[in-house]
Amino acid sequence: MSEKKAVSAEALSAGYGHRAVVSGLDISVIPGEVLTLIGPNGAGKSTVLRTIAAQLEPVSGTVYVGGSSLDEMKPQELARRLSVMLTDRINSERMTCRDVVSTGRYPYTGRLGILSADDRAKVDEAMELVSVTHLADTDLSCISDGQRQCVMLARALAQEPEVLVLDEPTSFLDISNKLRLLTLIRRLAAERNIAVIQSLHELDLAQKFSDSLLCIKEGEAKYQGTPEEIFTGSRIAELYGIDSGSYEPLYGAAEPQRTEGEPEVFVIGGGGTGIPVYRALQRRGVPFAAGVIHENDLDHPAAKALAAELITEKAFEPIGMAALSKAEAVMRKCRKVICCPEAFGTMNSGNRKLLRLAEELGILEYAEGSRHD
Amino acid sequence: METKRKLRWTAGFIFLLLLAAGFFILNILKGTSSIPAGEVLEALSGKDSGLPSHRIVREIRLPRAAAALLLGGALAVSGFLLQSFFANPIAGPYVLGISSGAKLTVALAMILALKNGIFVSSWTLVAASFAGSLLSTGAILLLSGRVKNMAQLIIGGVMIGYICSSVTELAVTFADDANIVNLHNWSMGSFSGADRGDVRVILLIVVPAVILTFMLSKPLGAYQLGESYAENLGVNVRLFRVAMILLSSVLSACVTAFAGPVSFVGVAVPHLMKSLFGTAKPIVIIPASFLGGASVCMMCDLIARTVFAPVELSISTVTALFCAPVVIVIMLKRRKGGS
Repeated sequence: MSEKKAVSAEALSAGYGHRAVVSGLDISVIPGEVLTLIGPNGAGKSTVLRTIAAQLEPVSGTVYVGGSSLDEMKPQELARRLSVMLTDRINSERMTCRDVVSTGRYPYTGRLGILSADDRAKVDEAMELVSVTHLADTDLSCISDGQRQCVMLARALAQEPEVLVLDEPTSFLDISNKLRLLTLIRRLAAERNIAVIQSLHELDLAQKFSDSLLCIKEGEAKYQGTPEEIFTGSRIAELYGIDSGSYEPLYGAAEPQRTEGEPEVFVIGGGGTGIPVYRALQRRGVPFAAGVIHENDLDHPAAKALAAELITEKAFEPIGMAALSKAEAVMRKCRKVICCPEAFGTMNSGNRKLLRLAEELGILEYAEGSRHD
Repeated sequence: METKRKLRWTAGFIFLLLLAAGFFILNILKGTSSIPAGEVLEALSGKDSGLPSHRIVREIRLPRAAAALLLGGALAVSGFLLQSFFANPIAGPYVLGISSGAKLTVALAMILALKNGIFVSSWTLVAASFAGSLLSTGAILLLSGRVKNMAQLIIGGVMIGYICSSVTELAVTFADDANIVNLHNWSMGSFSGADRGDVRVILLIVVPAVILTFMLSKPLGAYQLGESYAENLGVNVRLFRVAMILLSSVLSACVTAFAGPVSFVGVAVPHLMKSLFGTAKPIVIIPASFLGGASVCMMCDLIARTVFAPVELSISTVTALFCAPVVIVIMLKRRKGGS
């Protein structure tokens, strides 16, 4: 608690008028920290962000920026401390990227908003930081979505904020631009000691690019904590109410719903070789069994999510009799066996026995692309 | 680039100043009765000779040119304010029906006053016009809360304009015969009625309003990014929106009170200025629009009264001819640019 907080709020309710959309928010962000809001569509993430940015009055509670209450802060004072990047599209014509970034200096200029040499240097510096200097004289309407988000980030930085509020900064961007922008935001937070509060839709990215997470669901702050605390067990599936498919929190992998029923195909997997076959079978709607998979195997999460039946062995143990006989029983009922691994070692030599059995039964098929003697 | 830009802006302003000055001089020199330049100069030097040609210059041509200058500028600045307010490049006092609303209240005020034999001062006309402007603007604001689509808003404005015009026509139809000629002439739009007293009133309204608008350049620039960004930059958006509406209404009301509805200048001129200066920065576009609007209106008035002299065209006939194509170009460009 000794550390100075950039943004804090206790028992905050955000909403419109007297109607709270989200309540019971406890927010605390220190300089240089990245806090990410996640939650289902319509949970009220934007409402919370708008309340923190003082664009909405809190329904109850107070937001503090740099230790001072938003109620007592003059608009210009807040503008020098907090800047935003929103999802709103800018449809102004004839504005170069430099013009847009220059608006960030608004809280620092005089009556007519004429930029001083110092302001212009700050604008150049902000564009330099996000590497959009080459776009300075290009019209905003002539650049790509990824470039536009970078320009808007430069605009927010020109405001020299202590707090940066970003509403879904990565929407409309392709994966390369998403990674670029989020990396940039993290770097700026660290280098300039800026507290960042953002909302993200991409769970896997939220997990990897945040210091802490705030999960919002059905009008309340559901969980709060480090990514390690949030991305465990079934918390994410519960948060989003996932009912068609599953979400694997460690890898951040979403899988579609498994095909239930009596397994028609038995897949011998291991070491990640099974995943493409599992997915192909799922797409065709074929119920399948997967085995024998170690609990720490790369194939395990996908097999667990997609297989109608899964036979596992404990981590780091050779495949034992119990698992083997169970697998055999399942396999005998299948019309086809697909073998994915190219090699067998000490730990999975049990799977070699399954392969032999399949050969004897005459139902063996090798997975596409795998080679065997 | 920055220096190149400054050069372009300086050149642009010099061009506009020369253009405005040129048309002002032409407007004083040219007219139905040909008066030699020497006599015009004599008339302007202020010697009271009582010559008819001197009176024509001093009491007809000079006020008329001044009215076209000031009202043209006011119209363009009003259009720029409305375009910024609605984030809509085709917005303007005429297309949004604001001029027609003003026309309606002015017509009603004139008919009522003439019927009861009351003299209508310029100030009363401006007040009536301002009330009408605000009423139409209020209707448009109600509409804009419901429609987010740019084209729908314009269609709504055009419809409001039609409603106001038909009510005006109705009122004029049932007015006394004596008033009709007067009213009809004015409701078509013309700078012909302005005398020196009117020009004084116009000056007292337009100059402060344009200066105030210019002082709002900074928040206007922030507002171009959208309401939320403006708010984050420290603009009191609610207050600012009220100021924008009041200023644009005062400016367009003043135009309608003295010249009737003038079409499309409010849309076309700010757009032309943005193209000429290559920017939308309010600090440049506001003074440029004033000069541009003044030049366009003086040019159109010159054409209206000299081309088919002694028959005089209504000002809107000429402005529509020059400005409506610009509006079409804006729409085509928007279509191409996506959004």
